[in-house]
Amino acid sequence: MAVVFEKPKSLADVPLHYCPGCPHGIIHRLVAEAIDELGIEGKAIGVAPVGCAVMAYDYFTCDMIEAAHGRAPAIATGIKRCRPENIVFTYQGDGDLASIGMAETVHAAARNENITVIFVNNAIYGMTGGQMAPTSLPGQVTQTSPYGRDVNHCGWPIRVCEMLSTLEGPEFITRVAVNNVKNVNAAKKAIKKAFQNQMEGKGFNLVEVVSACPTNWGMTPQQALQWVESDMLPYYPLGVYKDRTAAKEGK
Amino acid sequence: MAKVTFRTDLCKGCGLCVNACPKGLLAIAADQINAKGYSPAVMTDMEKCIGCAFCATMCPDCIITVEK
Repeated sequence: MAVVFEKPKSLADVPLHYCPGCPHGIIHRLVAEAIDELGIEGKAIGVAPVGCAVMAYDYFTCDMIEAAHGRAPAIATGIKRCRPENIVFTYQGDGDLASIGMAETVHAAARNENITVIFVNNAIYGMTGGQMAPTSLPGQVTQTSPYGRDVNHCGWPIRVCEMLSTLEGPEFITRVAVNNVKNVNAAKKAIKKAFQNQMEGKGFNLVEVVSACPTNWGMTPQQALQWVESDMLPYYPLGVYKDRTAAKEGK
Repeated sequence: MAKVTFRTDLCKGCGLCVNACPKGLLAIAADQINAKGYSPAVMTDMEKCIGCAFCATMCPDCIITVEK
């Protein structure tokens, strides 16, 4: 019998601290699989965020560094410029990347830094207990919007992929989801491509992964994945928002 | 004939594998409790498993190994 599926080697053999049904585990695995398949475990350097994935440095077997809140793209810029032979990636949530770290993200994209950014969008602040995030949907009930997000008072959620794709800089901007098997497989391809682009020196790659937060949404894991499909994906449509190489080749 | 093994003590009983199985072969064992205190997912009929690895694809804790 041949092994069809097993834990990737780049994912450490330790229990994950995430809540039951949290898709962070799936996304960690996809990143680890991409690292394994490209054979870059020895030269990959990850930058962990502040948020639920703050302990990602315990879960990946490659070198990892912890960034201050939102500063992961700035740290990754520094590492990549000092050590261009290494493959540098950040793993950030929506509170980290789209709120306090928005400036670092936009400027890293505008400079077309040759890094890979994995952006996990679950429309809420998970680690701090479910407060409204810049990506929370209109009408979404959170700890700090108990009557639902009022767009007249709190503004509209930010679509990071659409915004960054208007810049000249970035190489590859795409949005994927992990709510079903088909989308997980598509997400894996996108993450692998984002690493491959960096290995080829193409520039800034951002993969937004539409994720879920069953605990803070107050849902079962199954309900949360259904909510991703019914509520999040209409506001955050999947697709490739920018692919400079493909555009150049006329694809 | 396929073989699915669970590292039961790491299971958090979220049930995403149960929903993903196209043959409906997985279940949360309500009468069992693992080391973490959760009721883990179990395979109910290994003979019918087609080894598609959908369960392992959706498992957030990466506790499932599939052989075929």
